Amino acid sequence: MNVILLALGVLGVLGAIGSLVLYFVSKKFYVYEDPRVGQVEEVLPGANCGGCGFPGCHGMADACVKEKDASNSLGSLLCPVGGADCMAKVAGILGVEAGAAEPKLAVVRCNGNLECRPKLSTYDGVKSCAVAASTFAGETGCAFGCLGLGDCVKACTFDAIHMNPATGLPEVDEEKCVACGACAKACPKLVIEIRKKNAAKTPAVKRVWVSCINKDKGAVARKACSSACIGCGKCQKTCKFDAITVVNNVAYIDPEKCKACGMCVAECPTGAIHCTAAVQTVVEKLKAKKAADAAKAKEEAAKKAAEAAAAKAEAAKKAAEDAAAKAVDAVASKVEATKKAAEGAAAKAADVVASKVEATKKAAEGVAAKAADAVASKVEGVAAKATETAAKAAEATAKAAETAAKKVEEVATKVAETVAPKEK
Amino acid sequence: MLQVIIALCPALLWSFYQFGLGAIIVTLTSVCACVLFEFLIQKFVLKVTPSICDLSAVLTGLLLAFNVPSNLPIWIIIIGALVAIGIGKMSFGGLGQNIFNPALVGRVFLLVAYPVQMTTWPVEAGYFDVATGATPLALITQMVNGVDGVTLESLGEAFLGSTAGSMGEDSALLLLLGGLYMLYKKTITWEIPVSTLASAFVFACLFYGFEDIPGVSNWSIIMQQFLGGGLFLGAIFMATDYVTSPMNPRSQLIYGVCIGFLTMVIRRYGAYPEGMSFAILIMNAFVPLLNSYVKPKRFGVVKK
Amino acid sequence: MKTFKLGGVHPAANKLSDKAPIEVAAVPVVVAIPMAQNLGAPSKAIVAKGDKVKVGTPIGEPGGFVSSFVHSSVSGTVDKVDVVEDATGKKVPAVFIKVEGDEWLENIDRSTDIKREITLTKEEIIAKVKEMGIVGMGGATFPTQVKLMPPPTAKPQCVIINAVECEPYLTSDHSLMLAHPEEICIGVQILEKAMGVKKAYIGIEANKPDAIKLMTETAKKGYPEIEVVPLQLKYPQGGEKQLINAVIGAEVPSGGLPIATGALVQNVGTAFAVYEAVQKNKPLIERVVTVTGKSVAKPSNFLARIGVPIQQLIDAAGGIPEDAGKIISGGPMMGKAMPNTNSYMVKGCSGILIMKNDDARRKEASPCIRCAKCVHACPMGLQPNFLAKYAEKNMLDKCEEERIYDCIECGSCSFSCPANRPLLDWIRQGKPKVMGILRARAAEAKAKAEAAKAAAAAK
Repeated sequence: MNVILLALGVLGVLGAIGSLVLYFVSKKFYVYEDPRVGQVEEVLPGANCGGCGFPGCHGMADACVKEKDASNSLGSLLCPVGGADCMAKVAGILGVEAGAAEPKLAVVRCNGNLECRPKLSTYDGVKSCAVAASTFAGETGCAFGCLGLGDCVKACTFDAIHMNPATGLPEVDEEKCVACGACAKACPKLVIEIRKKNAAKTPAVKRVWVSCINKDKGAVARKACSSACIGCGKCQKTCKFDAITVVNNVAYIDPEKCKACGMCVAECPTGAIHCTAAVQTVVEKLKAKKAADAAKAKEEAAKKAAEAAAAKAEAAKKAAEDAAAKAVDAVASKVEATKKAAEGAAAKAADVVASKVEATKKAAEGVAAKAADAVASKVEGVAAKATETAAKAAEATAKAAETAAKKVEEVATKVAETVAPKEK
Repeated sequence: MLQVIIALCPALLWSFYQFGLGAIIVTLTSVCACVLFEFLIQKFVLKVTPSICDLSAVLTGLLLAFNVPSNLPIWIIIIGALVAIGIGKMSFGGLGQNIFNPALVGRVFLLVAYPVQMTTWPVEAGYFDVATGATPLALITQMVNGVDGVTLESLGEAFLGSTAGSMGEDSALLLLLGGLYMLYKKTITWEIPVSTLASAFVFACLFYGFEDIPGVSNWSIIMQQFLGGGLFLGAIFMATDYVTSPMNPRSQLIYGVCIGFLTMVIRRYGAYPEGMSFAILIMNAFVPLLNSYVKPKRFGVVKK
Repeated sequence: MKTFKLGGVHPAANKLSDKAPIEVAAVPVVVAIPMAQNLGAPSKAIVAKGDKVKVGTPIGEPGGFVSSFVHSSVSGTVDKVDVVEDATGKKVPAVFIKVEGDEWLENIDRSTDIKREITLTKEEIIAKVKEMGIVGMGGATFPTQVKLMPPPTAKPQCVIINAVECEPYLTSDHSLMLAHPEEICIGVQILEKAMGVKKAYIGIEANKPDAIKLMTETAKKGYPEIEVVPLQLKYPQGGEKQLINAVIGAEVPSGGLPIATGALVQNVGTAFAVYEAVQKNKPLIERVVTVTGKSVAKPSNFLARIGVPIQQLIDAAGGIPEDAGKIISGGPMMGKAMPNTNSYMVKGCSGILIMKNDDARRKEASPCIRCAKCVHACPMGLQPNFLAKYAEKNMLDKCEEERIYDCIECGSCSFSCPANRPLLDWIRQGKPKVMGILRARAAEAKAKAEAAKAAAAAK
């Protein structure tokens, strides 16, 4: 019994001493903390994820109180996990207006999947993007794109980003992502960007972004990846809101200015600009319209071309006919001229011959009556011959004229024939 | 791992000869149980690919067998294996993560849970109904504490290995041979075995050298202390375990010296005749501290 | 035999090409000479499309203090200044030259006569070395003229020539010594004069007995202040700090420059290039490169012009073998694996190694069992298993505590790890981050000190 009492007594005294020590120590080493910090911390999620940028929820609570004292508002502080509701509660506790913060999202700015961005070498090292990025330029021809080894997946504490084995690219789960920025910081290629989740004021999520950061010249980029941004600038020209800039051969859409109209998506020749489903329907319509317009324009152009061709054919036909007619005329006149000349010459020749015959006849009559008959008969023969030759000559020239005329006709018909098929 | 197992073979074969069937049964049971438990725990509890092919479970089984009496009931061995693998190794995270030497965790657990079976040492070969006796260390403890009529074996037997004890306590010579083999193969470095043995010897001299104990010379006691018990086994095979020993030569020397010291303190002043297991486990707890505060020799650090 | 005291590993030497004499590689049709062939700032191109150049015409000027000149290695017309891929596939600026003939600048002495007399003064030598674009030929490509101008606090005592070539497979330094022993000795003398020292050592590893014998004889004949030091085989003996420790027993202080021990270390190829620059007016336009590998048809040592396509050199050695796994620029320990053969010869490339697929593939990593093999292997006395773990987890303060900034990235740790852990890969991630923090801290401290000075002066 004594032993029990002794034990109780000793333990009791030890306990009392211990509690006294604890009491004095807690007083001596007491750290004053603003009670509001504790109150704010109560309503914070308690995940201690660091997404707000502060060390844990206690750090965030501390910052909120400090911000309130400094600027009587919550400034730009946002708890991505708790969201706007949480900040509203904090605002209520501290007695300030809650600011409306734009919800944001992590966006992967690379669409070089395994099909359009072929691998040219094999990486056999540590399965970490940071290590691969410092080892070499990448397994593909694009030194800027996603390496596919999943540092972003490892960095995410909200299970919001996963590697798609079919494409080799990470995909962000829109519901789970809180835009804490861990994946963006983890990516050594700076592929991931935190952008506004919804660029339009509609409930449907509308978002447009350039899914490429390749700064190589267009031809080089395209060779490495068929859906790269080639820096052609068509999107920049199309954008009515001045939201797109093309710097270093790559386009960038300013999330503050973009209204998610989708026109640039329809314009992009490589498909480097991506958008959410809500914008996609608009883009489809735009594309369809564009296609229809293009088809129409094609038809008209075809028509015009046909007309022009027909007109050309007509003109050619006419020209050919004119030429043929001219040729025939020219030939005919030439034939006439040669005929006339031949006749003239024949006539002249006949006259000359006739006069000569007369002269010789007279001379013959006058000089020798004896040889008159012989001479007369000779002369007659000569005269006959002469006339024959003259006639032959005339015939010959006439024939020549005929053959010439025939030839001209042939040529004319040939010309006509050649023009005719052209008309056809 | 394989080199260590090979280095244990001479002592293992000698203990088969010394303790016969008992040694064989205990070794087989221990090794099989350890491997089986590692496989089951990895496959069904941790759900990772079983890594029994790295032979670490086999080694744990062998060392556990070396630490227990060769007539220990099979069910106790199995419990020991479960504790060694399950608590001593797997609960810390598997290979490379454990703080304490798994075989020693198992052994100490058995010692505390089944003290009777764990302290009856066979003096002859066999498994069922063997004669048992006290180990030389137990005898020394009695002598030092003034118990009359106790005699010790000769030193030669202690060195070569024909005294009562566990398989690992037996032949210091063969264990030493194994250690030299491992040094040659560069499996272990000299710092830990040499510092442990040297320190143990020095402290044995200090603790046992100045008292007058009737019936035996001080020198004899010191040598028995040095050659007997698990000192050689511990210094060469257990303290040098990669996972639970410090990483650089300087800290290894400190580690070895402390183990030697603690072993002798427990043997001389503690309640147990054998202190090696506890000494090693205590120093295992200090290894992270040693790793943090004792750095290796740096190149180019100018000493001011 | 001497060697360095701390750490080290023994990879298989595989010096397959050590009997191959130097072959002059053919001049190609087009060369592309990159502008960044040195440590420090890249050079700036000073030619444009259409310019005619001869061998030796400067085509790039230094882009900063730690930078160097680049010269044309061929004669012809500049085709364009565009980008090429370097050994890691990264796009870097380069000058493309269409080769026409092989005309050299008139002032380059192309004769093979050995010019022994050194007529230039110390300052002239340094200026000449800068003008001729000489950089460290061991692979680090540090601009030599900067190394020859140590800070005023340094007290040079000797020159140590690094002819160790501890990387397995590489034999470019070996073949150079066998071909030009006396020129190398004269080059060493030029370096001695530039530093104002009277003693030089040439460290050669014991697996090059012919080179040791030849260099010892040559030095005995005419260069008595040069001592050839045979060294026991151990990697990374060719590391500057380890070499100094092996040859003269001194340790370079952590965070300090090697010249603090009094030794100026230069690669034997650099010494030869210095001879050619100072005695023959020849800029750095070609170098000896080993093309080798277990399955390569003809492991060779080529004297290749800077800017030659790597593919051409590989073809000259027999082409890429069937079982090729990796093509490495440099050696197997510290070289860079190339993703393709689109790159061109640069000043710092001492070897092209084609490793068999079975040898090159990494094995699966298993957990660290703290066996401390890496600790024993580390020549700088670090604990690589901790460094790798801390770097992987981004615990930079612990990395700093474990002296990650002392790491020379030799790879002995990864080589010796029985669990195949990628130690050096992770250490390489943490080291630049920690060095950045240290630099920022130093800059801040400097700024504070200056501000305090200014404030004190104002009072």
